[in-house]
Amino acid sequence: MASATEPVLECRGISKFFPGAIALDAVDLTLYPGEVHALLGENGAGKSTLIKCLTGAYRRDAGKILLDGEEISPGSTQDSQKLGIGTVYQEVNLLPNLTVAENLFLGRQPTRRGLISQRKMLTMAGDLLAEFGLRINPAEPLSAYSVAVQQVVAIARAVELSGKVLILDEPTASLDRDEVQLVFSVVEKLKARGLAIVFITHFLDQVFEISDRATVLRNGRVIGTRELKNTSQTEIVTLMLGRQLEDRIQDRAPARTGDTLIELKDFGKRGVMEPFDLTVRKGEVVGLAGLLGSGRTETAGLIFGAIQADQGEALLEGRKIGLGSPREAVAHRFALCPEDRKNDGIVGDLSVRENIILALQARQGWFRPLPKAKVNELAEAYVKALDIRLASLDMPIRLLSGGNQQKALLARWLATNPVFLILDEPTRGIDVGAHAEIIALIEKLREDGMALLVASSEMEELVAYSTRVIVLRDRRQVRELKGDEITTSNIVAAIADDTMAEAV
Amino acid sequence: MKLKAMLIAGAMSLAPMTAHAADLTIGFSQIGSESGWRAAETTVTKQEAEKRGIDLKFADAQQKQENQIKALRSFIAQGVDAILLAPVVATGWDEVLEEAKDAEIPVVLLDRTVDAPDDLYMTAVTSDLVHEGRVAGKWLADEMAGAKCDIVELQGTTGSSPAIDRKKGFEEGIAGNDNLNIVRSQTGDFTRSQGKVVMESFLKAVGGENICALYAHNDDMAVGAIQAIKEAGLKPGEDIKIVSIDSVPDIHLAMANGEANATIELTPNMAGPALDALEAYLADGTKPAKWIQTESKLYTLKDDNMAIYEMKKDLGY
Amino acid sequence: MSAHVHSTFRRIMPQLIILIAVLFLNFLVFPDFFRIEFQHGRLFGNLIDVLNRGAPTALLCIGMTLVIATKGIDLSVGAVMAIAGAVAASLVVDGHSWQTALLGALAVGAICGLWNGVLVAVLRIQPIVATLVLMVAGRGIAQLVTEGTILTFVNPGLIHLGAGTVIGIPTPILIWIALGLLVTAVVRKTALGMLIEAIGINESSSRLAGINSRVLIVSVYLISGFCAALAGVIVAADIKGADANNAGLWLELDAILAVVIGGNSLLGGRFSILASLIGALIIQSVNSVILLSGMPPEFNLVIKALIIIAILVIQSPTVKHALYILRASAEPLPSDPIKEAKESPQ
Repeated sequence: MASATEPVLECRGISKFFPGAIALDAVDLTLYPGEVHALLGENGAGKSTLIKCLTGAYRRDAGKILLDGEEISPGSTQDSQKLGIGTVYQEVNLLPNLTVAENLFLGRQPTRRGLISQRKMLTMAGDLLAEFGLRINPAEPLSAYSVAVQQVVAIARAVELSGKVLILDEPTASLDRDEVQLVFSVVEKLKARGLAIVFITHFLDQVFEISDRATVLRNGRVIGTRELKNTSQTEIVTLMLGRQLEDRIQDRAPARTGDTLIELKDFGKRGVMEPFDLTVRKGEVVGLAGLLGSGRTETAGLIFGAIQADQGEALLEGRKIGLGSPREAVAHRFALCPEDRKNDGIVGDLSVRENIILALQARQGWFRPLPKAKVNELAEAYVKALDIRLASLDMPIRLLSGGNQQKALLARWLATNPVFLILDEPTRGIDVGAHAEIIALIEKLREDGMALLVASSEMEELVAYSTRVIVLRDRRQVRELKGDEITTSNIVAAIADDTMAEAV
Repeated sequence: MKLKAMLIAGAMSLAPMTAHAADLTIGFSQIGSESGWRAAETTVTKQEAEKRGIDLKFADAQQKQENQIKALRSFIAQGVDAILLAPVVATGWDEVLEEAKDAEIPVVLLDRTVDAPDDLYMTAVTSDLVHEGRVAGKWLADEMAGAKCDIVELQGTTGSSPAIDRKKGFEEGIAGNDNLNIVRSQTGDFTRSQGKVVMESFLKAVGGENICALYAHNDDMAVGAIQAIKEAGLKPGEDIKIVSIDSVPDIHLAMANGEANATIELTPNMAGPALDALEAYLADGTKPAKWIQTESKLYTLKDDNMAIYEMKKDLGY
Repeated sequence: MSAHVHSTFRRIMPQLIILIAVLFLNFLVFPDFFRIEFQHGRLFGNLIDVLNRGAPTALLCIGMTLVIATKGIDLSVGAVMAIAGAVAASLVVDGHSWQTALLGALAVGAICGLWNGVLVAVLRIQPIVATLVLMVAGRGIAQLVTEGTILTFVNPGLIHLGAGTVIGIPTPILIWIALGLLVTAVVRKTALGMLIEAIGINESSSRLAGINSRVLIVSVYLISGFCAALAGVIVAADIKGADANNAGLWLELDAILAVVIGGNSLLGGRFSILASLIGALIIQSVNSVILLSGMPPEFNLVIKALIIIAILVIQSPTVKHALYILRASAEPLPSDPIKEAKESPQ
């Protein structure tokens, strides 16, 4: 490895304090040129805080950052960019309605006689992207391309601007397999150029595929740094969790499903989702599988009234009901944990306590406030039951890590005592520990007789907890798998070509 | 463009037929109705026109110069005999006044003047704002007859020409009387409520017993101030003399009750002198002076203020 | 409960300090500033004037705080004041009782608010545009009602609302304090406040949590219209006349400023009516400094601008953060996550 050379970036004893919490406690991190360095840890371990300190988004409270041996103190992300540290986030923060070329050169467009030279910019953009192995038309708006391409454009921009250290903060979280390969090929090229790359992800496979070394954080401290070729996944996971992960291999509980709860007939909305039939019984977890854009989220949204169906009918225990708005759905004791937690789930500035009681309070109406004692009792009970880790119930929910936010949202809906719980990507962007807990919770709720509908892109996960799996493709239901048919390979087959593989 | 030119030409060829002195058609472009005085000016202008059997075409510009220019162009196109213009701003009139001149339609400015060569309009009928202030100052100097008197002043909107001129005129009016001193001067924005608020602060900052007289740049502020004085337990008109400008109905009502002492009229009848001048001009070509100054009449407690109130209250103030 | 009082106090602390500072400035330019006398059956003094003259802005900022908490803005309040004043005046002039006039004006104000609310919540027009409609048209409507004149009235009951006193205290003071307490109680003792904040912070999440955001948004504009109508009646009663041209002119900006000085974010979310009310008093105290200083009126706006810039700079996140660090170094491990959230938007 490149360890013989001088480090390009060194962090020594970085600390950051938040009111009531120590986010980083004397963290050391060393990056060598030409290495991909994975930064691992559960949500809330301090990865994001460390990155924010490095990029100047936060001001560190103690410690030193050395870049090429010189001490630096970036005051803003622009500062750090100029110094040579570029960052690319999961959500591409470029301007989708500008062209690819404009996005690449925004703020430093090539000019000719004081005017922006479009032609020169397009040529330069084309050349630049070709270096990254991307042959696309730089004159098209960025939004015309997939998230993966946008991600590569963001990387190209960051590398052009900075060029010493590249931080990739969950760049692959919303990408499919092929797209991940595209991003990785770019990462390999940059590595060969001698950049130091910090790679943050929740996907351990990807870590081992691309990274040379990994540093594991837990509770704001560095637990260890490992050369990955001499390390096993189990060791890394153990470092992250501080305990051996239990083996959660499924012994499928016998399907003792109860009476029919929900029946949807010919339910759908033109242009959004083909009409479909769906029956969910009590004590049943129906999994929704399919690629991105196959209609998983749309199905969930239609049933919850977030998207208004324009045809079909819905029956709850045999009685016809309307599902015109989330309000109506909530009144029928439906619940939905949405896919986009930040925009559709949490109310960021409200406290964790308020977020937990929000749906229950909304159902009660504003003029019947929940008594303070009841609110505290509920919130505390769910924080304990779901093991939500927080400094205080009064802290804004946005300060929680992703996994804890998701648990708080589950708490919000469980507090309404729902009969039907819809979960859309319940484990997206969540650390390993919380992931396991949420899966266990789904199983427990099913055993308690709740009806659940879970949409997920994680097939292993669906296989683990579903009693039935419905496979969607192109906004249509294409296959229903039951009992022993539920295997990853069958789901994949159904998604892929509509011919079911032999049941194993 | 061509069509418009033809229409204008057509309209102009018709113009002489209607130009008999008896049944004149006159266009009046009014600023709007931003104040009671403005409304009264409109009412009086209509009354004056009716009295003379003039067909008055009225256009309300709602405070916008482009509306006034449009109105003027339409008057020109209709071939009116003359135009009365109360300009909302001073600049930007050259072009449209030029067009009127080319169409040989005399324009009389009402109430305000414009920054344009004076051959572009026939005459301007305005009051002399400085003179109004001077009359107020003189009245107070005479009233006090050498007795010491500390004056508070309620100015109009800061920077507006009535506020500047009425302040200047009043200072000229009391000049040379060492017994008269302006001890506080603050803007009341020409409004009744600000007049009251600022008077309240005067009463506290100076002390009600130390204030001998109030000069307000308009009657509305004086009416507000009267209420403040009453709430402070003093008698307006006796404990504190009040002189203001405009002569709106409510100040006459206050004077009838002895709560105010004098007001100087800003006559809403700008149209009377203007129409007199126009009729003379259209009849035999008599050119009036470039500036016709309206009378700044002083009303005091000697007048029958109740009668004036009754007469004025329906003018739209 | 004492924890609640403590947190409220913490929230309004900066506003209180600024208010005290501006009042002290008043004292510097006019040493008798704090003197209050009882004469002619009413409390008389500059401090009373601040409370009394601050009434219109205070009333407006009660509704404005709620509107801004939903990420909205209500530019029409000044015009609604003019309409309400005109309606009340014309009703008493037509011989109706002052009670009828008051109710009529409040009803008209509520209708104006309803109109704004429907434009914003149902037709989804941006609040600044939606309320601009009534801001522009409202004064015209008021002029139609008064027929362009200052509609003077003599009804003692109506006048009492603006110029009268109750046990020596000017009525407007009692009205704004009462309405402030009432609205605060309603939003904080019920869940209304929290739900309004939720909508302001994240409407999509709130809707998906089953909150009836449409109805709540309409209702905050309705409350705003109601507050504006009350302010309009008081202003008209104060001068015994409805001045359609000038009543409430530019007061919407003072109300927004009061909300901002009160530390409420224009981006919606967490709000404090109490802090906005103190903001309104701060603005009125600044006006008082100007009036008492005896400076020529040409300096009015400059002085006001300087003081307000100073206030806003003190409240800026950067300065706040510096103060926070100062305090934090004094007491180890403070717990104020809200402030942290504001300074580090992710």
